[in-house]
Amino acid sequence: MAGTSSSLAAWLTTAEPQSRAQARLGHAWQGFRRLSRNPTAMAGLAIVVLLIFVAVFAPLLATHSPIASGDLRTERLLPPGPVFWLGTDDQARDIYSRLLYGSRLTLAVVILVSVIATPIGLAIGTISGYFGGWIDRILMRITDIFLAFPRLVLALAFVAALGPGIENAIIAIAITAWPPYARLARAETLTIRNSDFIHAVRLQGGSSLRILLKHIVPLCLSSVTVRVTLDMAGIILTAAGLGFLGLGAQPPTPEWGTMIAQGRRFLMDQWWVAAVPGIAIFVVSLGFNLLGDGLRDALDPKAAR
Amino acid sequence: MSLDSGLMAATTPERRGRAALGLAGGIAGFLLTLAITLFGLVVVTFVIGRIVPIDPVLAVVGDRASAATYQRVRTEMGLDLPLVEQFRIYLVKAVTGDFGRSVLTTNPVIEDIRTYFPATIELATLGTLIGTLIGVPLGVFAAVRSGSVLDHIVRIIGLVGYSVPIFWLGLMALLLFYAKLDWVAGPGRIDIAYDYLVTPVTGLLLVDSLMQGQIDVFWNAVSHIILPACLLGYFSLAYISRMTRALVLNELAQEYVVTARIKGLSEARVVWRHALRNAAVPLLTVVVLSYATLLEGSVLTETVFSWPGIGSYITSSLQNADMNAVLGGTLVVGAAFVTLNLVSDLLYRLLDPRTR
Repeated sequence: MAGTSSSLAAWLTTAEPQSRAQARLGHAWQGFRRLSRNPTAMAGLAIVVLLIFVAVFAPLLATHSPIASGDLRTERLLPPGPVFWLGTDDQARDIYSRLLYGSRLTLAVVILVSVIATPIGLAIGTISGYFGGWIDRILMRITDIFLAFPRLVLALAFVAALGPGIENAIIAIAITAWPPYARLARAETLTIRNSDFIHAVRLQGGSSLRILLKHIVPLCLSSVTVRVTLDMAGIILTAAGLGFLGLGAQPPTPEWGTMIAQGRRFLMDQWWVAAVPGIAIFVVSLGFNLLGDGLRDALDPKAAR
Repeated sequence: MSLDSGLMAATTPERRGRAALGLAGGIAGFLLTLAITLFGLVVVTFVIGRIVPIDPVLAVVGDRASAATYQRVRTEMGLDLPLVEQFRIYLVKAVTGDFGRSVLTTNPVIEDIRTYFPATIELATLGTLIGTLIGVPLGVFAAVRSGSVLDHIVRIIGLVGYSVPIFWLGLMALLLFYAKLDWVAGPGRIDIAYDYLVTPVTGLLLVDSLMQGQIDVFWNAVSHIILPACLLGYFSLAYISRMTRALVLNELAQEYVVTARIKGLSEARVVWRHALRNAAVPLLTVVVLSYATLLEGSVLTETVFSWPGIGSYITSSLQNADMNAVLGGTLVVGAAFVTLNLVSDLLYRLLDPRTR
């Protein structure tokens, strides 16, 4: 066993990889090694992995239904105890189970916003940086306008117009999230654009589209990924804020921000109803922040402060 | 986050290059950028106003109106004009401050904003003051003793500030300091007993009550504002201390610091007079950006503390589908945010001789 693991390490760290896959895996391994030397980053990674685990296995881990009410006469607003581990809310629902199912929404919001906003930012940034000239000027002017916008208030207005709901909240957050990625991708593209290997591809007859997609975008990915990870906490907080204002997920959906809004009415006497979901939001955003900081130091030494 | 990106924007080489055009060019460029960005803001709010699923005519006439009345109101509201023409009218109205009437309060939206905005400014200003007065020294100490316990504490303060939901922290603070300990007054801006004792001049209750010698009112207002202001101050502190630390660390690595030390200057003088002074200009932009973010971020805090500011105005209008009020409020907050954001950029270019 020890023999295989050491030969695996040797295979990963070899100076002469035999294939592209080996080189990539080796590179990822080195990055992970650097990350694993950073205890706070590993704590962040643990929190994120836990979030994914809980989201996937929520039906197995939950003790009650997240939506169906319990006995409204005897099980309303109970404090944490042996049956209801984190107490019950005003509809006699188990807060612990709702919290578990809520992790699915949090994860969905983070993934969907990144999936929508990252390609927009990458496309605008790389096109802007690669072509330069008036294309660059127009695209960057638009990006600057969006950068200077108040993100939360605009997301509010968007959701107000589209109607409350988790889907519209995701769209609204994504629309306001892409500009930093575009700036970053543009800056990276500018440094790559005049490299010899790009000239070589062009001489071989590679089209601009091919150069952008196959050569420039992959090189921009790591720094943009770091930036997206750092933004994930902000995305979670904005989504929870919209939920709290009644504009995100609608009851009875167990979204954490919405749960805080519902618990607010019982804050003075049954404080745990509002306190517990807030702790969950805090821990998860802390996890993404720690992981993002660690990734920045490990993968992107240029950006480290 | 928008703070980070804003600062990033303020320090890109491209912008520094543009500053080489000189002072006049800098101001002209600033005005142009401001105009274009504000125009963009008007476009976005116009688009938002058009995609509302609520029929604005129905909201006015009600669903029992005859077809003729409906058509007449529709024409009066200019909704049968081509989109470009509608936008031109919207733009002219927005520039002159005419955002229509609020369905909820029946006042012109701009009058409502005049009533509500000072409360937000009061809160955000106090928050920024607290954040700056505590955040800058904390950041400096963290930079000087980089790696020490204090440095780690500052880092944790920052991390928590970036991770905690502000509305939740506000609720917990109310629970602890108002409900349990009874140290501060509860939600709202003033007790009902003290309401209307002060005639609004500046609209800033703390200033007005002092000017009119109403000391009781002043202290009551203080006990109401202190909790939300400390909360906003904490978020501003988290950002300001982190940026101060980075800026001062950067200065301490410069050669002039070595020279100053070799000259035998005391460490305090090197840090506070030399390093901090050179970090002062970017620091100013950080403070301005943080102020802009507090103005915007007050939406959530104001809701939690029932603070009668522009944030509460926007959210309560939202819940009543009062789109004129929502869009008017968004435009005003947005314009303030955009202007501060760009002013911080301009300050950076005007005040730092190295960027000229």
